[in-house]
Amino acid sequence: MPERSDGPAATEAAGARLVQTLRPGDVVLVSGELGAGKTTFVRGAARALGVEGPITSPTFTIGRRYAGRVPVSHLDLYRLEGLEDEDPALLADYLTPDAIAFVEWPERAGTQLPATVHVRLEHAGGDRRRIEVRQP
Amino acid sequence: MIVALETSCDDTCAAVVERDGTIRSNVISSQGVHDRYGGVVPEVASRHHLELVNDVVDDALRQAGATLDDADTIAVTRGPGLVGALLVGLQTAKALAAARRLPLAPVDHLLGHVAATELRPQAFAPPFLCLVASGGHTFLADVRDPGRFEVLGSTLDDAAGEAFDKGARMLGLGYPGGPALQRLAQSGDERAFDFPTAKGVAGLDFSFAGLKTALLYAIRDLGEDEAAARRADLAASYQRAIVEALAHRVERGLEATGHTRLALGGGVAANGPLRERMSQLPVELAIPPIELCTDNAAMIAAAARHVAPLPYPEYFGLDAYATGEGGL
Repeated sequence: MPERSDGPAATEAAGARLVQTLRPGDVVLVSGELGAGKTTFVRGAARALGVEGPITSPTFTIGRRYAGRVPVSHLDLYRLEGLEDEDPALLADYLTPDAIAFVEWPERAGTQLPATVHVRLEHAGGDRRRIEVRQP
Repeated sequence: MIVALETSCDDTCAAVVERDGTIRSNVISSQGVHDRYGGVVPEVASRHHLELVNDVVDDALRQAGATLDDADTIAVTRGPGLVGALLVGLQTAKALAAARRLPLAPVDHLLGHVAATELRPQAFAPPFLCLVASGGHTFLADVRDPGRFEVLGSTLDDAAGEAFDKGARMLGLGYPGGPALQRLAQSGDERAFDFPTAKGVAGLDFSFAGLKTALLYAIRDLGEDEAAARRADLAASYQRAIVEALAHRVERGLEATGHTRLALGGGVAANGPLRERMSQLPVELAIPPIELCTDNAAMIAAAARHVAPLPYPEYFGLDAYATGEGGL
């Protein structure tokens, strides 16, 4: 059953709620169009994990790693065409057993990512969003 | 004389700069290969840096009519950026420095953008307020003394250049998005759409996520045909929103700090309407030439003059960093 969000604060809160169910080593794939609120969702999750300071789009550097109560990795594969031309070690620094990882634009990696949770954000007009969380 | 290297993203750069800020050479080798990927491919970027870096350094020395024997310091970008790409420059710089037993100055890329204005002939020295806006960074800095700056505000989500790139992609334009979007906008009406400029974001921080969403909705509401017919209007209005969002923060920053001098840096400073808008502010304005706004090694040399260099061989263990202080 998808959740409804009426704005960025609610989207952050949804991210914060999700982390209660997560453990180190988990990989959360966060899908959605440009502007759907993927980074906002991850910001809420990272805050709930004790990360301080700016949590911004990692598009430029592909990945960021933050120190929280557990390490938090934030990846964004938007600029990648695929992982075929990439060094397999590209993501290895981020997808580590001690960290909780969030991956934006996971579709760019095809099916190669080990996922424990799928999150999908969709525009629902104005600031509203539909947020679907699938956990196996 | 300083020999500087910069390989933080997709340009391989080397420069020779005198201690007084005179540029003797500034070589930039762009990797056109990225155009078809719509962005940077880290592994491809690193490989290309590796292929190009020695030739680029040789070119810089040749154009300067100098040899490594004339250098007193080697300078290099240590971060932030793509770690694999940074490491190519860093290891090359270590080797160059070690071969001549020279000191090595590790430089923060962002300090480089701030210090670019100090290069001759412009030689615009602190104090000033500095707006740095590029594909990876957008922040406002209070620069009181050379070699140091305090970040007053930075983006909460996307960088301004990233907003240009993503907007361009929504409008079906190629990468890099900034120049393509500016070209399309020239034939459009910038008042056609009222896009948000993050006025509600308090203080001196920037936000472009809402603008991105607004463009997406505008395209969707118009429908495919109408959106295609009005692409120039969409581009012009979107560009205006980015420029106004940047300008509002600059105005607030000038007021908060009392600065009467302003400098721009980063690739977005190449944007025509932004330069135009900034030139209307009642301040003494410095915008370096475009080749000193986009990534380059001369700005790294400029910043290196204010960094304590590590003597040989203390720099062998030096590592690159992807993210700088405060998440920038």
